[in-house]
Amino acid sequence: MTMIFGIPLQALLGQLLVGLINGSFYAMLSLGLAVIFGLLRVINFAHGAQYMLGAFVALLMLKFAGIGYWGALVLAPLVVGAMGAFVERTMLSRLYKLDHLYGLLFTFGLALTIEGTFRYFFGASGQPYSTPAALSGGVNLGFMFLPIYRGWVVVASMVICLGVWFLIEKTKLGAYLRAATENPVLVQSFGINVPLLLTLTYGLGAGLAGLAGVLAAPIYQVSPLMGSNIIIIVFAVVVVGGMGSILGAIITGYMLGIAEGLTKVFYPEASNIVIFVIMAIVLILRPAGLFGKDA
Amino acid sequence: MSGPLLDVAGLHAWYGESHVLHGVDLHVNEGEMICILGRNGMGKTTTLRTIMGILRKRQGSITFAGKDMMGVPLHRSARAGLGFVPEERGIFATLTVEENLTLPPVVAPGGMTVAEIYELFPNLSERRRSPGTKLSGGEQQMLAMARILRTGARCLLLDEPTEGLAPVIIQAIGEVLRKLKARGMTVVLVEQNFRFASKVADRFYLMDHGRMTAEFPVADLPARMDLLNRELGV
Repeated sequence: MTMIFGIPLQALLGQLLVGLINGSFYAMLSLGLAVIFGLLRVINFAHGAQYMLGAFVALLMLKFAGIGYWGALVLAPLVVGAMGAFVERTMLSRLYKLDHLYGLLFTFGLALTIEGTFRYFFGASGQPYSTPAALSGGVNLGFMFLPIYRGWVVVASMVICLGVWFLIEKTKLGAYLRAATENPVLVQSFGINVPLLLTLTYGLGAGLAGLAGVLAAPIYQVSPLMGSNIIIIVFAVVVVGGMGSILGAIITGYMLGIAEGLTKVFYPEASNIVIFVIMAIVLILRPAGLFGKDA
Repeated sequence: MSGPLLDVAGLHAWYGESHVLHGVDLHVNEGEMICILGRNGMGKTTTLRTIMGILRKRQGSITFAGKDMMGVPLHRSARAGLGFVPEERGIFATLTVEENLTLPPVVAPGGMTVAEIYELFPNLSERRRSPGTKLSGGEQQMLAMARILRTGARCLLLDEPTEGLAPVIIQAIGEVLRKLKARGMTVVLVEQNFRFASKVADRFYLMDHGRMTAEFPVADLPARMDLLNRELGV
């Protein structure tokens, strides 16, 4: 058997894949957080709950409406995004005039409420969501066995991240977003409906979390707590990448996922904390984050 | 349409608790360029921001093109034909020069095309792919003005366009303002640089402690020099 640094190649590649998959979710979720924070200056603590909602909407659509994975992949993000837009318009938008802390507290409360409600109805244990037929099974790559669904998640998340990056950096709507991030009052004086832009942005961020939730459903169990488990790590990713940096959030997401996977191979005991250790080091050496602009 | 294009009467405005405009009256006719003079902190910039609708704590009346603007939300001011160029220019660092230029939506026909703007400001054309804030101060001012010229705005609210710029750039800005006037643009100019303003404006207002204390056409300037020297310390 091939060995690298005394580790079997198969174990190494296997953990690299696990890292890449976790990284895919970190990237998608931290991307949404970065977009929301950039424009709304709100640290969206409800992001994990919105991720969980995406998975649950997919599950419930299957149970009660017979809508399968592919339908859910389109519809669930729309549902979660619409819920996000509704929450922003009716509640969150009232807090912009106050200290940013209120936005954080509000979304934290929202997350607790959503998660508590789902726990009440569905319990804390996870429910399985089966892999779609077209993506079940796996391929033998010679050096390792790759479940097709996991390969799909990695590819899909890269396409999604690239798509959002393109939307923000290369389109007119993205130019509005970037400009409003810098100076919302001036952008509004140009005749652009900035309050609407804020609503759409929060909806987009929530929808992205929902989409990640649908992608996650067949891999992890669908449970009310799936969001709160991942969101703390995602916040660490955002801190390492630098608040408000789109590309930084994406790259850091994949990087830290892989770092976590590799730690599992070389020093498994540290795999749960390695991301936070990296966060601490980055905060000491470069407080604005790896890709953040110095404030 | 009869009457002035922009008519402001008894305008009061507040920053939080502090009362900064105390009954401003001014009017601008179509195609006219007026200039508000006054020392720092007398409410010149606030007057522009209040007319534009950025400062929302306000009372009195603002009529533009026959339309009552007091209840109009900020993002509708531009649609009505008002364009605002702030003192700090407001060029976006994360947008390229061209993205900055094409950011404000076109609100009415009659604005300049991007090609016409690049002809008027060749520097901007050369640097269209650079980030907006990599431009020099003068170029940023040109970009801030060019941005509004594209939209077809009828009335330009221009806050201290010459501030901090070299004399040769100030001349170029004066040239641009004369071209705008030739195109029939209405301009409300706020300026500390009295010499510059005297070359472009048709009519002057003198502002002191939140209200207009004098109004006179450019022809009366020589007769008013004593007053201006006293009030502005030029």
